[in-house]
Amino acid sequence: MSSQPAAPSKPRIIPSLARLMPYVRPYLPRLLAGVGAALVGSLLALAIPLVLRALVDGPLTHGDRDAVWPAAIAVLALGLAEALCIFLRRFFVLQPSTYVEASMRRDLYARLQQLPVAFHDRWQSGQLLSRAVQDLGQLRRFLAFGSVLFVVNLMTLLVGVGVLLWWSPLLGGLFVLLSLPIVVVAFRFEQTYHQVSRRAQDQAGDLATTVEQSVHGIRVLKAFGRGRHALDGFTSQASELRSTEIAKARQDASLWMWLTIIPFVSYAVCLFVGVWLVTVDQLTVGQLLAFFATAVVLNWPIESMGFLYAFAIDAANASVRFHEVVDTENTIDDPERPATIAEPRGRLTFEGVRFRYQDAPADERDLVDGADLVLEPGETMALVGSTGSGKTTLTALPARLYDVTGGRVLLDGVDVRDLTREELRTHVAMAFEDATLFSRSVRDNVLLGVPGADDEVLDEALRIAQASFVHDLPDGIETVIGEEGLSLSGGQRQRLALARAVAAKPAVLVLDDPLSALDVDTEAQVEAALRQVLAETTALIVAHRPSTVQLADRVALMREGRIDDVGTHSELLARNEHYRFVLSSLEEAERNREVNL
Amino acid sequence: MSVHGVSGEDRDDYTKEESREIRLRSRRLLLQLVRPHVRRITWTMLLVVISAGAGVVGPAIIAYGVDTALPAILDRQDWLPLWGATIAYVVSAVAAGVLMYVYTVSSARISQAVLFSLRRRLFDHTQRLSLEFHEQYTSGRIIARQTSDLESIRDLLDQGLNELVRGILFMAFTGVAMVLLDPISGLVLGIALVPAIILTRWFQVRSTVLFRETRTTSARMIVYFVETMTGIRAVKAFRTERRNDDEFGDRVEDYRVANHKVISIFGVYEPGIIALGATSIAAIVLLGGIRVIDGTLEVGVLLATALYARQFFQPIQGIAMFFNGYQSASAALEKISGVLEEQPTVPEPVEPTALEAAKGRIDFDEVRFAYATGGDVLPALDLHIPAGQTVALVGTTGAGKTTLAKLLARFYDPTEGAVRLDGADLRDLSNDDLRRAVVMVTQEAYLFSGTVAENIALGKPDATRAEIEAAARAVGAHDFVSALPDGYDTDVNKRGGRVSSGQRQLLSFARAFLADPAVLILDEATASLDIPSERLVQEALQTLLADRTAIIIAHRLSTVAIADRVLVMEHGRVIEDDAPAALIAAGGRFADLHRAWRESLV
Ligand SMILES: Nc1ncnc2c1ncn2[C@@H]1O[C@H](COP(=O)(O)OP(=O)(O)OP(=O)(O)O)[C@@H](O)[C@H]1O
Ligand SMILES: Nc1ncnc2c1ncn2[C@@H]1O[C@H](COP(=O)(O)OP(=O)(O)OP(=O)(O)O)[C@@H](O)[C@H]1O
Ligand SMILES: [Mg+2]
Ligand SMILES: [Mg+2]
Repeated sequence: MSSQPAAPSKPRIIPSLARLMPYVRPYLPRLLAGVGAALVGSLLALAIPLVLRALVDGPLTHGDRDAVWPAAIAVLALGLAEALCIFLRRFFVLQPSTYVEASMRRDLYARLQQLPVAFHDRWQSGQLLSRAVQDLGQLRRFLAFGSVLFVVNLMTLLVGVGVLLWWSPLLGGLFVLLSLPIVVVAFRFEQTYHQVSRRAQDQAGDLATTVEQSVHGIRVLKAFGRGRHALDGFTSQASELRSTEIAKARQDASLWMWLTIIPFVSYAVCLFVGVWLVTVDQLTVGQLLAFFATAVVLNWPIESMGFLYAFAIDAANASVRFHEVVDTENTIDDPERPATIAEPRGRLTFEGVRFRYQDAPADERDLVDGADLVLEPGETMALVGSTGSGKTTLTALPARLYDVTGGRVLLDGVDVRDLTREELRTHVAMAFEDATLFSRSVRDNVLLGVPGADDEVLDEALRIAQASFVHDLPDGIETVIGEEGLSLSGGQRQRLALARAVAAKPAVLVLDDPLSALDVDTEAQVEAALRQVLAETTALIVAHRPSTVQLADRVALMREGRIDDVGTHSELLARNEHYRFVLSSLEEAERNREVNL
Repeated sequence: MSVHGVSGEDRDDYTKEESREIRLRSRRLLLQLVRPHVRRITWTMLLVVISAGAGVVGPAIIAYGVDTALPAILDRQDWLPLWGATIAYVVSAVAAGVLMYVYTVSSARISQAVLFSLRRRLFDHTQRLSLEFHEQYTSGRIIARQTSDLESIRDLLDQGLNELVRGILFMAFTGVAMVLLDPISGLVLGIALVPAIILTRWFQVRSTVLFRETRTTSARMIVYFVETMTGIRAVKAFRTERRNDDEFGDRVEDYRVANHKVISIFGVYEPGIIALGATSIAAIVLLGGIRVIDGTLEVGVLLATALYARQFFQPIQGIAMFFNGYQSASAALEKISGVLEEQPTVPEPVEPTALEAAKGRIDFDEVRFAYATGGDVLPALDLHIPAGQTVALVGTTGAGKTTLAKLLARFYDPTEGAVRLDGADLRDLSNDDLRRAVVMVTQEAYLFSGTVAENIALGKPDATRAEIEAAARAVGAHDFVSALPDGYDTDVNKRGGRVSSGQRQLLSFARAFLADPAVLILDEATASLDIPSERLVQEALQTLLADRTAIIIAHRLSTVAIADRVLVMEHGRVIEDDAPAALIAAGGRFADLHRAWRESLV
């Protein structure tokens, strides 16, 4: 089901997190200030009990009435200072973390829009969504809480160990030595946790994909009454995710377990050795007590390392997943020194064009296998071929939805790859075989390619596409059409998509089977209106029906990846057997009669 | 205005009552979700308590080691107490560690079980909801509910019963100890609770609103994201990338701001509570100090109460975090419970009429139908189709052909009148019976990502490979499928993007062929096919439809050849209805259409 690249098997926490640097750098001073506030805060937290004890043991015990107020005020000041530190830590860190998240999200989205259609063919939408939402949320939380806590607790730990060594080098050294197995445990944890964590993220993405499809395909599921079937599929995916999450929790739990057991066993040994050292006069009782008082303070930093470590690995994986998308090479990019067409005339030329999809088997011939075709300015060319012969594929090449894998496509003599995509796509407008509409107003949908154009353009386009039905919609042209336009009838959708292509007033119109959902009458009306536009616009029109072919000046027949024949409709009908096979629904005898008429 | 179901989901100006209603709904759902796990939760909490206990033993053992074991060695060379202390320490360490392990795994199990059942329930429910709901709610929002909303519930479940249980226990014990030790200090704590409660209440009210905002803004962001990715070809072809960047950027920013706001008020609440704690400790020191000097209080007691007071406030950070998580999860549950509260407008009957083997007689009795958003699409339809008849339905686009078909497939229920199958109102048939009897091939040939075989098998989930191939062969899809890299096991990619649109239609046709229903509805099922393939399909149809009722919607009148009867629709009314030959002879609307179509042929 998941078709995204497999997870790299090697965990690389630091490099993965370091890759976030460009996003984090602007906020580095604030993050450091946050760490500072957190450090001061945790020092205060340590100091307050000591100060309390000193105050109570000292001035208050000695019956010093004047000392009561200052003592209370000192306690208050320290406590408020601690609260202030917490406030400051959040203040410094949290806002930047939301900025980092937002800018990464915008970049991801922008990148996804730039990446070619071939990329989107390959990647499940849920995988993209889970990266944009869940993963980036995870990164934000790591940045806001995890990273600061990690730094602070690590420092506390180092200082604490230093203090232990200072109290008693022997005991401290013993403690460090006995705690070394933690490194082994942590190392093993990293190896395995890294993989489950990644698997959980991937499975969450797959689950999102399934949800999306179950809603987009709801009509099919309902038509066949397969709701339960879909639920079963979803259930088994969800339970896989559940097992993965529990496996993750097991890893977590076992790390925490060792992080509890190992240091505590070390303390036990230290207790034994410490008491022994006291008995042989190598250590005083005071030093022993001080040693353990410090050791207790270290419990929390050690324990916290467990979940912070897991947190860091999750974040590193999220970063890897983010970069998997962002690093994908954009194979359809603007040229470095773009050419430009000052006055587009609309001469479209296919020269020995070859194309194969990325996953085509190596031994198969190219899908488009050296197609040559010239559309003169203003000419209307119908493209005819049997189902699956590659018509749609060929029509995707001029606007560079895919790039040719051989040969070239020229617009007014300029290779389309030498133009910026922006310019190219103003010259070439398309209507797809499935009307891809957006849940916006009719106006926005039709004027998608010419935002800000006036009502004249809109009315003209609607007229040509015979889409006057929009005026009968509840809010006329301002009616928001439902998701993917599915609250319109099939023919209505198709006409809006046609209006959208026409409204863009391009030099070249590419229409993929634009009239398939229209009844005979409407089709005739649209054709009549379209003729005006087509008189001055170059057009490539995929056609399955003779009635659509009527629009064209000439017809190109596609067969086995090539343009097999080009000519007028009647020429081809007369001379090309395959053309007759593809386009004729009449028996041979009948046709002869008709042609002779 | 109502807040029932998902209505008013996007509003942020709920009245007090409305807000309470939603809150209650979300709490009910939480309880329902948690209830099945009460036993596990209880013993997991018990584990927490015990492991907290094991944690407390540590310092006591050290104290014992220094106070008792050490003198024992010094005085009488008795090493036994030290050995005892060391071993006890090791045992308590191991116990604490193992308990921690069991506790962690167990709470993960609870949290995952809750999420799993919620996911499933939401999925099941959205599948049951009618098209009418889906048309308005959009897929993006359902995805948002299933992803980012569930994520915030998960945060709550993961983060922390542990802290909460420990924290509350700890506060209760220290609180009691304080009152026993020094009632006046206890009183100070009690007084401190008042502003704490006020502060908490403030936080609760504010964060409820703000967390709601995060849910709506994140849903809006996800909706936009999903729509862009679905329409990526159009986005590229019409160069809307930059405009989308701006628009999506706005939504990202809205979400960021909402998030930031909610984090900020927590950033005030938490230090606020801590400052309150600090103030009360200072008050205790002050009052205590005065009393010590007056001689009414022991110094030792003062020290103990001061330290206790400090401890009393320590877990409060954890509890505040938990509360924060709870607020966030509640907002998410509000939205989810709203979806769950929606009832299908096309409900399953409580006591369905049994329909063993449908014959396929269809009656539209005085049916009037209007979509929720507009006027009548079918003003008055009275139509009777005997079992086994093949009916062609033609007419201008937007006439209501698909609508008629959708009523028969019970995607919607008629506004007035009834649609009957074999005399039984569709509203009285169980979903299973109805779907077995009536299958519709929709105008949009939607394929799911997955293999070709899986997609065809949707018509009959337990079909064997041979049956699947037979169905594909029957509609003329076998050849191209075999030519795919992995044949029937080729992944068709999302929405079937791996195959051409004609091939997509063939596959969805094969799907219907495999389902083998008594009533088959084909809505423009051959519109994207080339003529030879269409001819093949038509031949297949002729055998397939011999003994079943069929409604074939088509603009290309080639289909009409195999129909027993033709209906011509215009503006929601059937204007002509007869055998094709009769209609052609009569010279009406259909005769015109037919002539125009004949002329277009070559
Ligand atoms: N994204 C893709 N990846 C791999 N193969 C593809 C992809 N899209 C289409 N194909 C294959 O390429 C061939 C040509 O597809 P295309 O959509 O161009 O056909 P078409 O001529 O437009 O057919 P139709 O008349 O049915 O629309 C088909 O066999 C199809 O299976
Ligand atoms: N889900 C919907 N919500 C609101 N209005 C709708 C919905 N679906 C269709 N309509 C409207 O109902 C009318 C009839 O639509 P229907 O899809 O039945 O037409 P049709 O005869 O199938 O046309 P076509 O040949 O173009 O497919 C149209 O005006 C359409 O805009
Ligand atoms: Mg095509
Ligand atoms: Mg229709």
